Parts: sequence; C-alpha cells; structure tokens
Amino acid sequence: MTEQTPQDETREEEKQRREPRDAAYWAHYAETLKVTGVAEGATNINVEGRRAVGPLQGFGKLWQKTYRVSLEDAEVTPVEVIKTWKENYKDFWPEGNLFYAPLAGITPGEVALISGSLPGGVKLSTGVMVLYADDESFSLMTPEGHPFSGWITFSSFEEEGATVAQAQVLMRANDPLYELGLRMGGHKMEDEMWRKTLENLAAHFGVHEPVETNLLCVDPRLQWSHYRNIWHNAGIRSALYSITAPLRWRRNRVRQD
Amino acid sequence: MPEAQVKMNVRGAGEKASIIDVQGELTAFAEGVLMDAYNQASDGQVRAIILNFEDLEYMNSSGIGLLVTLLIRINREKQQLLTYGLSDHYRSIFQITRLDDAIAIHDSEEEAVRAANSA
Repeated sequence: MTEQTPQDETREEEKQRREPRDAAYWAHYAETLKVTGVAEGATNINVEGRRAVGPLQGFGKLWQKTYRVSLEDAEVTPVEVIKTWKENYKDFWPEGNLFYAPLAGITPGEVALISGSLPGGVKLSTGVMVLYADDESFSLMTPEGHPFSGWITFSSFEEEGATVAQAQVLMRANDPLYELGLRMGGHKMEDEMWRKTLENLAAHFGVHEPVETNLLCVDPRLQWSHYRNIWHNAGIRSALYSITAPLRWRRNRVRQD
Repeated sequence: MPEAQVKMNVRGAGEKASIIDVQGELTAFAEGVLMDAYNQASDGQVRAIILNFEDLEYMNSSGIGLLVTLLIRINREKQQLLTYGLSDHYRSIFQITRLDDAIAIHDSEEEAVRAANSA
C-alpha cells in the first residue's frame, strides 16, 4: 500500500473540484450496446452490438413531442414521481407493449429490451439504453434499427405550485420505411401510447386529469444521407426472425439427435 | 418552472463569428436564455456560432436536447456551430449522444475562432 503525499491529495481535491455534479447521472461511452441478462420472453436480436443513435442520425422529420399531466391533486414531489416512474416503468405502459427492465433498474448505461408492435400488426423486438438518470428525470436513447432515432426524457417538476409529470420525445424516423409508417398511423399510435402512459402514472397517484400534448416539427427536412439505416430496420429483422423460427427449431432438433 | 441557473455572454470573434460564453447549468430551463443569446449572436454577417463551455457546471439530457434544436436552427440559417472548453466528461457526453458527428469540437478559443473564420 502506498501512502498519499500532499501533492496526491491536492491532485485528488483538484479532480473532485473538476468532477461535474452530473457525472454520475450519465451513461459512459461505449461503441456498441451490450445487454446484460435477457429476461424470459425477451428477444435480443436487434440491440446487442448496435450503436445508440440520436436525433441527428435519423432519416425522417425531426419532431419534439411533449406530453404532460398535472398531478395537482396529489401530495407528491417531483422526486417521488420519478422514483415511482423508474420503479414501475413497465407497469405504466399500455397493453400490447412489453418493457423488460434491466436487472439493475433504470440506471445510466443499462439496456432494456422491448417487445412491441408496428402499424399493420408487425411484431417488433428492439430496446433502449438509459442515457441519463437523476432524481428528477431520466432519458432513454434508441439503438440502430429502432423505429425512431433519438431519446425520450421523462421528468417531473413544480409549476405554479403543482407537480407536473412530463415525457418529451426528440426523434426522427430511423429510415424511409419507418417514416412512411409514422405518417400512416405510427405517429398517432405513438402519441396514444405516451398519453396512456401518463394517464396510468397519474392514476397511480389517484389523479385523473387530461394529458396535454404538444407536437412540434423542429426540422421538416428528410436526411436522405441516412436512408441506408434501413439495413438495421428492427421491424424487418423481427419479421424475418419470426418467419425463420421453424428452420431454427428444425436445426436445433438435428443437433440434438 | 424554476428559473434558469445559467448566464450567457455574447461577444464577437472576427467578422464572421460570435462566441456565446455559457456559465452555469444547461437544462430545459435554459431554453429562453440560449435562444436569446443565439439571436443576439447571429446579428449581421455572422456565419459561425462558437459555444464556450469552459464554465459549464451542469448539463442534463434536456440540455443536450436544446443543443440539438439550436443546431437545427443554425443549419437552417446556413451557419456553422463550433464549441471549445469542453471537459473530458462533456466530450464523452457529446460522443454518447453523437452530437460530435455534427458539432465541431476544438481545444481552445483561438483554434475555434480560426476554424470559424476560415470556413
């Protein structure tokens, strides 16, 4: 064991002084996503080894969608709202979509798997990475192949004496096919999903207020340089995975024999 | 909403560039301050906006979202967005969120101003 010199202590103090307050809240950089432990029922075919993508890497129009509900009638603080939201995240989702929370919970850098459906009833296996998490907010970032490229920030704060819960999505459709899907009913499905999620959260606190929705197109241009994102399209890959299930079953049987 | 814990100072840097010194916290509550600073900075013939993050004390994911919307606005005006003064921690956040794909990161003010005025 080595003893610390006064210089070492000064360096450590300097390091701590320089360490930003938000350091513990952010995920660490990793080139690709890694899933630790796949829950029963989850399918990890479109997340492991994919890169996380932000709103700048997508194809479609850039949208900022804000859904919020006032929890005025509930005696609850923003910290309590976010704690509850993190702990029960999957339970607030509407039926038909499954969120397989990471074993470590909603903590920075963790990856969760998702099973959902696209317009037309196409089953989708995808996931999200916890980009940021503090006591009053958390953000989930999408991987390549996800229907959208960007992140969702869930937050709670006080406004005019009332606690407000909010989900804000900053997103572009990841590829041309998803952009078409969003225009043909996907946006409506997504808006309904987050409205329902906030209604369920509010109901948990005994509140039955309407959810306010604000949809803002930040950039109407399509990013044609990103059309190749379709290679990772999780909808197509999930469909192919389902179609080829009998072949995998047969191959496994042959190996066992 | 709580008041923004941030100050932004705007100064010129040659004929084509303006610098915005960001001091304090970059969160959702900083939106008005940041957009006001941008409006002030982009007066005249300015073709590049340089964000100085030397005194950035705190940033959450909403703060990163603000930078995305600012970048879109700047691109629409056919301007360029550059930064300097990012600590290793904030450089890493630019990498994770992949903002570094679209925003030029420089080590010093001199380097950023040179790049802005030579573009």
